[in-house]
Amino acid sequence: MDDHPIVEHIPRLRRYARALAGDRYSADDLVQDTLERAWNKYHLWRPGSDLRAWLFAIMHNVFVNQMRSRRLDLEQVMEEPPSPQVRATQPDALELADLERALSRLSLEHREVLLLVAVEQMKYEEVSRALGIPVGTVMSRLSRARERLRQHIEGAGHIVSLKVVK
Amino acid sequence: MNVLKDEDLQAFVDGALDEGRLAEVEALLAQHPEKAEKVRVYRQLDEGLRALYDPVLEEPVPERLLVRPRPWRQQPWARAALAAGLVAIGVGIGWFGRGAMLVPGAAASLARQAAVAHAVYAPEVRHPVEVGANEQDHLVRWLSKKLGTDLKTPRLGDFGYDLVGGRLLSGPSGPVAHFMYQDKRGGRLTLYVTAQRDTRQTAFRFSQESGVSVFYWIEGRYGYALSGELPREQLLAIANTVYQELNP
Repeated sequence: MDDHPIVEHIPRLRRYARALAGDRYSADDLVQDTLERAWNKYHLWRPGSDLRAWLFAIMHNVFVNQMRSRRLDLEQVMEEPPSPQVRATQPDALELADLERALSRLSLEHREVLLLVAVEQMKYEEVSRALGIPVGTVMSRLSRARERLRQHIEGAGHIVSLKVVK
Repeated sequence: MNVLKDEDLQAFVDGALDEGRLAEVEALLAQHPEKAEKVRVYRQLDEGLRALYDPVLEEPVPERLLVRPRPWRQQPWARAALAAGLVAIGVGIGWFGRGAMLVPGAAASLARQAAVAHAVYAPEVRHPVEVGANEQDHLVRWLSKKLGTDLKTPRLGDFGYDLVGGRLLSGPSGPVAHFMYQDKRGGRLTLYVTAQRDTRQTAFRFSQESGVSVFYWIEGRYGYALSGELPREQLLAIANTVYQELNP
């Protein structure tokens, strides 16, 4: 059963969930809820259409609904710093932690677009499908998301030192 | 067009500009170092985000995420819906194209045999069955003996279908028990049960052969197929009940 097309996307769903939900456990909970819905609704997926966008759309909906059902103001959630992830063995740990904090200060709609473009490396049309918004909106959110992230980082005085060690 | 818009910067960072515009944007960036600096930072941020989250891809996927829900027994509706989706894939890329995940030959041939049997017997007015429902006990005993298992006739009264009776057919892998149901308007369903050589369990699958819808599955040594001229969703609900009745 492991060669099912949905299964291939699980690592990417986990990556996206980690960026959305913060810690590993809540992220995997989000993935699990997403997968449950995906398996149950799989008959609604149109063969030949973009399965990845479909799965990410489900994750988006599940996440937004979870936020709502917890009756939390999304903006409040965004203000809350995520539990920092310790990557002490990596030389760039400090900079990445700053980046993560800056990312968490973005609104959910900005964060999602930026993550789908930068990390998931979706084309704008794919992001549009995954989030159910027009391409123009993708572009304007992306533009604002990058600019705000830049300002947050620069505000923290880290832009010059943001080194990425691969 | 010689204005550098925000969208240009984004598309430049993402490599999404077409060649013509790319050259223009490059030229404009050369004239606007502050924009070029933004582009440099945006790219760094993107790279940083990837460095932050890409390691997740390397982590082993936790077992709990790899467990396919088995709602067949716990949530029959869900699993049947899933199976219907599997078939959608099968149709999308070709029934036999992808090996085990899609339709194993034996199971697909089961669907075809069942659809043919349905097409032959369901329109039959005078002799739709060999043994009528008035002799249900005898019918079930007889066919059970032929197939070498304890057969049951699912009760489909909730869907408005009553057992008409059944007959013995011969199929590619031996005897076939063929049960027929009918609703008040004369709509007929047939349940086709036969021993299988390929005894691997399959999910619930759907097939459509010249207007006949078939839900079919293999459980243990037997293959089952429920056929009818119904929309998939309706037949699915009935197939679910059939499955539950046969596998209490």
